[in-house]
Amino acid sequence: MGASQSSDDERFERFLAGLLRIGVVLSATIVVAGGVIYLGRHHAEAGTEKYAQFVDEPELPLRTLREIFSAVGEVRSRGIIQLGLLVLIATPVARVICSVVGFARQRDFTYVALTLTVLAVLLYSLFLEGP
Amino acid sequence: MTVLEFTALVLVGSMVAGFLGALTGLGGGVVIVPLLTIFFGVDLRYAVGASLVSVIATSSGAAAAYLREGYSNIRIGMFLEIATTFGALAGALLAGALPADALAVVFGLMLIASAYLSRHRHPKLPADLPPDPIAVRLRLDGVYVDQEGERVYHVRRVPLGFALMFVAGGISGLLGIGSGAFKVLAMDQAMRLPFKVSTTTSNFMIGVTAAASAGVYLRRGWIEPGIALPVMLGVLLGSILGARVLVGARVLLLRLLFALVLLVLGAQMIYHGLWRHF
Repeated sequence: MGASQSSDDERFERFLAGLLRIGVVLSATIVVAGGVIYLGRHHAEAGTEKYAQFVDEPELPLRTLREIFSAVGEVRSRGIIQLGLLVLIATPVARVICSVVGFARQRDFTYVALTLTVLAVLLYSLFLEGP
Repeated sequence: MTVLEFTALVLVGSMVAGFLGALTGLGGGVVIVPLLTIFFGVDLRYAVGASLVSVIATSSGAAAAYLREGYSNIRIGMFLEIATTFGALAGALLAGALPADALAVVFGLMLIASAYLSRHRHPKLPADLPPDPIAVRLRLDGVYVDQEGERVYHVRRVPLGFALMFVAGGISGLLGIGSGAFKVLAMDQAMRLPFKVSTTTSNFMIGVTAAASAGVYLRRGWIEPGIALPVMLGVLLGSILGARVLVGARVLLLRLLFALVLLVLGAQMIYHGLWRHF
């Protein structure tokens, strides 16, 4: 492999690292904002008992995009925290999508195919697989 | 315990875990689950969910720092992520089918194995294996720079490494951990990558691997915002601090202590799983 390609790879990796950092900072910011509201409203409630046993059907389920977005719309603090966590989970997915584009620009179609396979597994897990 | 006390205590515990994990290179995620279940009485499923989220945060947060050093191999990472993401999906599905007590026992065994691996010295490897034709075809071989200048390295035994990565992904999805130690082992010992390349590439892969099981966890309700809040922020802050502290020779002592902690926590997880029940 030639020198130009490895420097292409390097620049590309730097871009991906920046993307990851933005995702983490954005996610942490949303989680902190939701956390401040959450503690402001619920700080005096009992904290551990409700987590001792897994609840399969909670009052406010935050398991799908729709549930999370509607909770955010109602300014539910737990919904905002969950949105931050969703951004965090989406960050590596965004990295993989950018990798597809990156390999396509290098006209490296073997790696475009490999990366699309990884993306398919991620999207299947996020959207299609039943509970 | 009120919500405020719970949040503050878990935040501090997670910061310590993230700090020690980054300092010793053993990862903080593995102690989060025993911390939450044994000391705070949290259901194992919520603990695993919070731990997995913190794994994505530390992996993505550390990637930027690692990439500045320029050792990670994006092609190896992307190729092996096929194995780890399929493994993670399988692991997450298996985790939903197993009773919590069985998961706790597997978790305990994994902690003991991690403690052993962190103490085990690997034999010096012969460097004269033939190049793997798959590695040549996929252009996995790379270059890294050390004091003596540019060094070319070759990737060996790709099928074995790929199979081990599927297992590493499975462990990650089953237990909500990064399983970085297993990934490094597969790349070091099976594929014979230079240590710096395997550790940084492994970190780069951990986030994508964890994201593959996080979707399943989320839809199953295992990711509880009230628990993930202090765990994710604590581990992230702790690992950023840990990566900035230079401790030199004391790392060896710390690694020994951390390995002992893992051993004790592993025994406790097995004991709880078998006799106390989650």
